[in-house]
Amino acid sequence: MAVAPETGERTLTLTVDGQEVKAIPGDTILTVCRRLGIDIPTLCYDERMEPYGGCRLCLVEVEGARGPVPACAAVVGDGMSVTTMSDKIFKLRKFVIELLLSNHPLDCPVCEAAGDCRLQDYAWEYEVNMTPWGWHPKDFATRDDHPNVARNPNRCINCGRCVRICRDVMGIGCWGFTNRGYETIIDTPYNLPLEQVGCVSCGQCVSACPVGALTHKRSRHDVRIWQTDKTDTICPYCGVGCEFTAQTFRDRLVRVTTEPGQGINNGNLCVKGRFGMEFVNSPDRLTTPMVRNEDGNLVPSTWEVALDRVEQNFKRIKEESGAEAFAGLASAKCTNEDNYAFQKFMRGVIGTNNVDHCARL
Amino acid sequence: MAVAQKVKKPTVLRPLKTIPEVEVGICMGTGGIAAGGNDVWEAFEKGLAATDTYAVVKPREDKCEGSCSTLTGTGCRGMCAMDVLVDVTTRKNGQERTVTYGTVTPKMVDKIIEEHIVGDEPVHKWIVLSSEEETSHNDFYAYQDRLVLRHCGRIDPEDIDAYLEEGGYQGLYRVLTEMTPTQVHEEVLASGLRGRGGAGFPTGLKWKFAAEAKSPDGKKYFICNGDEGDPGAFMDRSVLEGDPHAVFEGMAVGGYAIGAAEGYIYVRAEYPLAIKRLKIALQQAEERGLIGKDIMGSGFDFKIKIKEGAGAFVCGEETALMQSIEGKRGMPRLRPPFPAQSGLWARPTNINNVETLACVPWIMTQGAEAFAERGYEKSKGTKVFAVTGKINRSGLAEVPMGLTLREVIFKIGGGVKNDKEFKAVQMGGPSGGCLPESLLDTRVDYEELNQTGAIVGSGGMVVLDRDNCIVDTARFFLKFTQAESCGKCVPCRIGTTRMLEILDRITEGEGQPEDIDLLLDLAENIKAASLCALGGTAPNPVLTSIKYFREEFEEHIHEHKCRAGACAALTTYSIDPVNCTGCRACARACPVDAITGEKKEVHVIDSDICIRCGACYDKCRFDAVRRA
Ligand SMILES: Cc1cc2nc3c(=O)[nH]c(=O)nc-3n(C[C@H](O)[C@H](O)[C@H](O)COP(=O)(O)O)c2cc1C
Ligand code: SF4
Ligand code: SF4
Repeated sequence: MAVAPETGERTLTLTVDGQEVKAIPGDTILTVCRRLGIDIPTLCYDERMEPYGGCRLCLVEVEGARGPVPACAAVVGDGMSVTTMSDKIFKLRKFVIELLLSNHPLDCPVCEAAGDCRLQDYAWEYEVNMTPWGWHPKDFATRDDHPNVARNPNRCINCGRCVRICRDVMGIGCWGFTNRGYETIIDTPYNLPLEQVGCVSCGQCVSACPVGALTHKRSRHDVRIWQTDKTDTICPYCGVGCEFTAQTFRDRLVRVTTEPGQGINNGNLCVKGRFGMEFVNSPDRLTTPMVRNEDGNLVPSTWEVALDRVEQNFKRIKEESGAEAFAGLASAKCTNEDNYAFQKFMRGVIGTNNVDHCARL
Repeated sequence: MAVAQKVKKPTVLRPLKTIPEVEVGICMGTGGIAAGGNDVWEAFEKGLAATDTYAVVKPREDKCEGSCSTLTGTGCRGMCAMDVLVDVTTRKNGQERTVTYGTVTPKMVDKIIEEHIVGDEPVHKWIVLSSEEETSHNDFYAYQDRLVLRHCGRIDPEDIDAYLEEGGYQGLYRVLTEMTPTQVHEEVLASGLRGRGGAGFPTGLKWKFAAEAKSPDGKKYFICNGDEGDPGAFMDRSVLEGDPHAVFEGMAVGGYAIGAAEGYIYVRAEYPLAIKRLKIALQQAEERGLIGKDIMGSGFDFKIKIKEGAGAFVCGEETALMQSIEGKRGMPRLRPPFPAQSGLWARPTNINNVETLACVPWIMTQGAEAFAERGYEKSKGTKVFAVTGKINRSGLAEVPMGLTLREVIFKIGGGVKNDKEFKAVQMGGPSGGCLPESLLDTRVDYEELNQTGAIVGSGGMVVLDRDNCIVDTARFFLKFTQAESCGKCVPCRIGTTRMLEILDRITEGEGQPEDIDLLLDLAENIKAASLCALGGTAPNPVLTSIKYFREEFEEHIHEHKCRAGACAALTTYSIDPVNCTGCRACARACPVDAITGEKKEVHVIDSDICIRCGACYDKCRFDAVRRA
């Protein structure tokens, strides 16, 4: 192991597919490979949580090891030699995908996750067409009564990401494994409605699910993922500044998605950021400015009239009482750009720092 | 050593006040009780009281002048096929002799009391073992070397003084007074003791790793694995029921060696008797200061908690077991980190099997050399095998490592039941394999057995005769692991199911020509890709059966034939009119009335009604029932 004299940082050297690379003690084979741009398939791995090692897709060969090792969990060592692809590894990965498809519903045409499904991607990549053991689609009864989280346990691959994110990241534990062996299924305690077991509707499980078992209920059968435009942006709701991707179709916001590793929130979001978006395209939004008439009632008006009124009154107040008499409060239901312009206006035009936003909450 | 002065040597506090003229010891292990041990006990209690001369006394409480008797419930002594076993020891005319009666029922008790206890003449026809005469069952013990089972079936497991009388807790005393923790794990390493839970890892080395591991807050744990999930294995249960203190003593020695002050013993809840006896023993040991705080005044603390498991096979896997103790779902986790680094509650943890730990007090008193003298090559000491199936003397047999399978099955087990032809032995439970006659000279030795594709494992040995179908047996074991998979990883959860489906269709006569290759391919991949050893070994029974009995698979697939007649879909029964005497034995045996025919006339089986149970086949004395 090498130690950098200035920083004291220790590095070690290993070989990945014949290429010598440096790594930091504690790195896993997977992190090193992803840094190098080497693709290793994973289903149960989610960098928001501890490695799990259940899907067995990330198996790689390490010289001297007794058998293939899971790259997601194996910590690199000095002088280690890793082979990420070989006939044997290809065969094992293909085997795992074949097994997963052997009891998968294969209802991709009507699956929300189609186009955004790891299993679909890997089946394609590893050219898994039919399994040698026939097709035995699961047939579990579905409880699907949550307003935001759509469930289809037959598409579930038991990667446990939903279980772990809810328990380990959210600290709640709505999901758990029920039954043993082949009958193992992800369920709420006693199969109660999700809303009765402490669910806060954050949709973290939806963001974790690599297949179509847990999906966005509100955008079900709305627009296919590949038809949407994707814009990375920052959640306006609060001061944390979580990043997410807004998926829009013909200027309409369809769904909000995140990826582990995205933003300071690392792909995590709360109920507001993930599901609180219906206001954006709501028909109830004001589209004309409203101005009070002599009776004190708000009546539709024009921008010209409204802005004139505002200008007159602002000028008058500033003259009478000075800039500090103003205070501005902005809304999370406006765009980030609106909010930026608003604080500029308060500071630069009105001349006060009395400006705040409901995101302070 | 200065410490030695203040450490209090464990002694018997309630010595025997009585050496009774008659001692009756009744097997009250789970096997004995299931066979009617409680009723036999009652019969003796009543019968002895009625003799006046031999009133039953409590040997540690009552002083008995003249003649009296004692009644002791003991643990299992291994000869389970002959339960209820009763030892009768008499001391008359300056002569002490012990005989063991087998398959005792309450009805037999009066005769035993009258003729043997009162009359001093044993009932010879019921004797299975005797200190004086040759019996056909003497071989059962002759080849054994009972070291783990030394107290089982001899002492009352609910009486700590009985254990102390046998030198109990002296090993722990020696450790606390004479040895450093390092010396302890070195001695265990020198004994050659290897884990009896299946993997055969050197116990001393494991202790060394845990001893050297750093704990963030100094806490370490020592766990005893009493989950015993292998179908057919019951040696751990017998030790827990018959000699619970030996396990506690082994744990305390281990706790001292690794620096743990807390221990857990994980026992499946399906072992209620073991749990009851452990609780009694623990309370007694705590009262005597032998477990708990400041053991024997040495300053060493070792608390033990009994944790009941809910009976999942996978919870025997060490990491799953620890999750279960923590209150989580028992699912194996990735290793490293190994338990020695980070185990229970993320602290360095050592885990050992019951049988492994029961060896420890013996090693600590008799010395590592005495242990290492026994055994063969790299497998030292003894191993307890649960010999079951088509065998004359099924039960528990403890043999020195290195004996051959043939010796265990034919000498100790007394050979195949009803003199049928030996077909195979399934070694090592669902992770093990099926071995044919040609491999019977394989030694019970970790390395030798591994080479065959089977394993020592927990020591299950199921003997099969020609009426057992190999495909069906492999299917049975795979069905077990398939159902007991924790469901975490894909190869085990789904792969074993795909294998089972193929085996199902082969036994149902719908096998496909490619099925053997499909099985081999699935097996190889499941073994390579599974997370834990459950999936990693689940295909073994199928692999070994194909390796040694491939032609039987082919017969099922290509000829739709099951030579053992065990696969119902491939078997038909008919009556040969030439041999049939019309005795009606078959018709009476048939549970579904599929056989018709007048007395003394040829009988006929209606194959639409027949459920292929084979009852008629077994009953016919004239070789008239044909199986095809
Ligand atoms: C599926 C599975 C089940 C197991 N069940 C048991 C068990 O019932 N009892 C046991 O002692 N070890 C069992 N083991 C082995 C344990 O993981 C562990 O190796 C053992 O308890 C260590 O003790 P030893 O070194 O004394 O053998 C099992 C392992 C696996 C993979
Ligand atoms: S529902 Fe999705 S995230 Fe949860 S276990 Fe199934 S596949 Fe994994
Ligand atoms: S091999 Fe089987 S028992 Fe072990 S972790 Fe995988 S699914 Fe669970």
